[in-house]
Amino acid sequence: MTLLNALLLMAAVALILGAVLGYAAVKFRVEGDPLVEKIDALLPQTQCGQCGHPGCRPYAEALAEGRDTINRCPPGGEEGIRKLADLLNVEFLPYDGEVAPKLPALARIDEDRCIGCTLCLQACPVDAIVGAAKQMHTVIASECTGCELCLPPCPVDCIHMETVAPTLSTWKWQYPVVPLTPAPAGKRAA
Amino acid sequence: MRTLYDFHGGIHPPENKLPSTTSPIATLPLAPLLHVSMAQHTGNPARPCVAPGDRVERGTLIGRPDGTLSAAVHAPASGTVVSVGPVVQAHPSGLCELTVTLETDGQDRRAAPTPLTDWASRSEDEVRAFLASMGVVGQGGGVFPSHLKLNARALETLVVNGAECEPYITCDDRLMRERAGRIVEGALIAGTLTGAREIVVGIEDNKPEALAAMQAAARGTRMEVVAIPTKYPSGGAKQLIRILTGKKIPHGVRSTAMGVQCFNVGTLYSLAQAVLEGEPVVSRIVTLTGSVARPLNADVPLGTPVDWLMQAVGRSADSDGVLMGGPMMGSRLPALEAGIVKATNCLIATSPALFPPPPLSMPCIRCGDCANACPAELQPMDLYWFARARQFDKARAWQLFDCIECGACNSVCPSAIPLVDYYRFAKSEIWAEEREKQAADRARARHEQRLARIEHEKALKAERLAQKSAAAKAVAEAVATSTTDPGKPPASVPVDSAKKAAIEAAMARAAARKAEAAQTQSGVSPEASANPLPPATPVTAMDPAKKAAIEAAMARAAARKAEAAQTQSGVSAEASANPAPPVTAMDPAKKAAIEAAMARAAARRAATEQKESR
Repeated sequence: MTLLNALLLMAAVALILGAVLGYAAVKFRVEGDPLVEKIDALLPQTQCGQCGHPGCRPYAEALAEGRDTINRCPPGGEEGIRKLADLLNVEFLPYDGEVAPKLPALARIDEDRCIGCTLCLQACPVDAIVGAAKQMHTVIASECTGCELCLPPCPVDCIHMETVAPTLSTWKWQYPVVPLTPAPAGKRAA
Repeated sequence: MRTLYDFHGGIHPPENKLPSTTSPIATLPLAPLLHVSMAQHTGNPARPCVAPGDRVERGTLIGRPDGTLSAAVHAPASGTVVSVGPVVQAHPSGLCELTVTLETDGQDRRAAPTPLTDWASRSEDEVRAFLASMGVVGQGGGVFPSHLKLNARALETLVVNGAECEPYITCDDRLMRERAGRIVEGALIAGTLTGAREIVVGIEDNKPEALAAMQAAARGTRMEVVAIPTKYPSGGAKQLIRILTGKKIPHGVRSTAMGVQCFNVGTLYSLAQAVLEGEPVVSRIVTLTGSVARPLNADVPLGTPVDWLMQAVGRSADSDGVLMGGPMMGSRLPALEAGIVKATNCLIATSPALFPPPPLSMPCIRCGDCANACPAELQPMDLYWFARARQFDKARAWQLFDCIECGACNSVCPSAIPLVDYYRFAKSEIWAEEREKQAADRARARHEQRLARIEHEKALKAERLAQKSAAAKAVAEAVATSTTDPGKPPASVPVDSAKKAAIEAAMARAAARKAEAAQTQSGVSPEASANPLPPATPVTAMDPAKKAAIEAAMARAAARKAEAAQTQSGVSAEASANPAPPVTAMDPAKKAAIEAAMARAAARRAATEQKESR
């Protein structure tokens, strides 16, 4: 009798726990791959395609599936590679992409030369160029990611990149350079 | 008698205040050029509203506030605007920012003052907007727009900061000695606006004259003037609040949430000047000291170049630089031609004798002296380690942003490590990271919206195509059934024929409309309207109409060509007589421009190709 009671009790407990687990699996189901989201959050979102993938999210997916290495993103720089290495728990790799990393820059349209062809509008991955057919186009500086995708389609080459100069609000204090203390001459000899 | 509390840490550095306190606030000769920066306050720089050549008077508005987190900027002296553009700033970066440069005329004409003497009967929003338009910002060093700090409601305590704890600086001391009445008036206004139950002034006990003057001025009011023990940094907002009220402001909490707000005496003075006299903030008291012949405090118009001031007080020949702010928290100015700003409380001429080069740093031995000295109760040695190793997340978790950069840890470090430099570096890196993250999030959202839009457009197109092809299929099927299968049920036949008839009728109608339109344009509209075309024979009826239309179009084209030729050859009088639409005249010009642009592009491409092939 005692044995039967114990068995019944354990079975009941197992059933209840099983039900709880089953409910949790349905209720707290994770949609999609959370790793892709995490990787995507670390990428600079310039959507420039310089990594060889058609945007930041495709590169994040490739990284999540192990189809590519972490050192392909030029705008992310060394800091970005370091963060990806931390997240994915892999060794840091020096940058190895096809495009040399550049200083942050914004696209600027020479409005005297623009013929209003709308080709750059279609190329911009973040809709940061305003204009219409046969109307002058211009770049919304605050939204431009500096991806350079608008440069090749322009038939009159009226777009160029301008390096972003720091302002008082974006200026950064430099890493302190501390002069090294030379060892006393006597000690060095010894 | 008020109970005073003590804050953790703190140091007693040599004060060096005496030389500049002996003489009253001076007025120095006016500089010929004033560089008035538009970025004198926390937040968005003001938008300049004058142009070169404009005459201005003292107090004329020259920069409008840009948004809520901004303040106005006014002309500090009468004269002429010379330029509006980027000029080097009195800032450790030595960067340029939008600046209005004035050439002073020395006549000291003053714009009509606009006081708000009936402020007590105005709404609080009106008073705050007035303060923003008068350019009143915190003059303790933060230069935070004061109208935003006055948002607080039902305060328990309004703390007035007259501590002035940093060595060398004496501008608040002299201000309190000489203009205590105005400070008290300003404090009472601020106290009323914030609904403060009590107003307490904290003054370090190393300024007995200022204490006496303030006590005399506050007699008979609800203000209380309290002497606090001298200890650096008792003038930090959180530290002074702790001393006077015993409240510790926790990490991530604003002092207003604890019922306390803190204002500097200089801020309250300029607030009272604005409200009662209608005088905008166009000057401030600056301590000029250090390695100079005549250390003093002066009421200096904003924008006065630093080197002009240094020359006026006789900067010594061996001086090797100028510090803005005090020796603890200030920073060396890379460019001395910059004009002073609302944050400039002190300029110290440095010399190797006064400020010997710091001893070379040694490794951190984790002695913990810095933690004992830290008034924010942080662990400076850990923060130093995280900042050095660029572990910014850790530095943040160790509450790096509670650090007020007072420099107490620097001065007690036995290894002479420039700790604050590391904290500043880490803070600006974290801010930059935050900005980049925000930009990335915005870019991601925009990119996703774009992809969704493209997807949506594609779907719409596909749907339209599908509908079209389905319709075509239906028609084809109907035709097939009506021609190849005569034995079909008769019900579908009339439908098909009806549809066909309808389509034909529609086409005929369209043709008629076209013909009519063409005739109207070619000027034979009365005939066309008189001769309504029979809808049964559209093709034959259309022929003459179409011919007429084509002829008309050709005539129009010829006229356009002739006109263009005339315009180009300069016979504009005749061209203007022709009431032709302007588009026709523009077309060839635009075409030529486009061709030229394409030619240029081709040439440029050829050139780059040549370069590359070389």
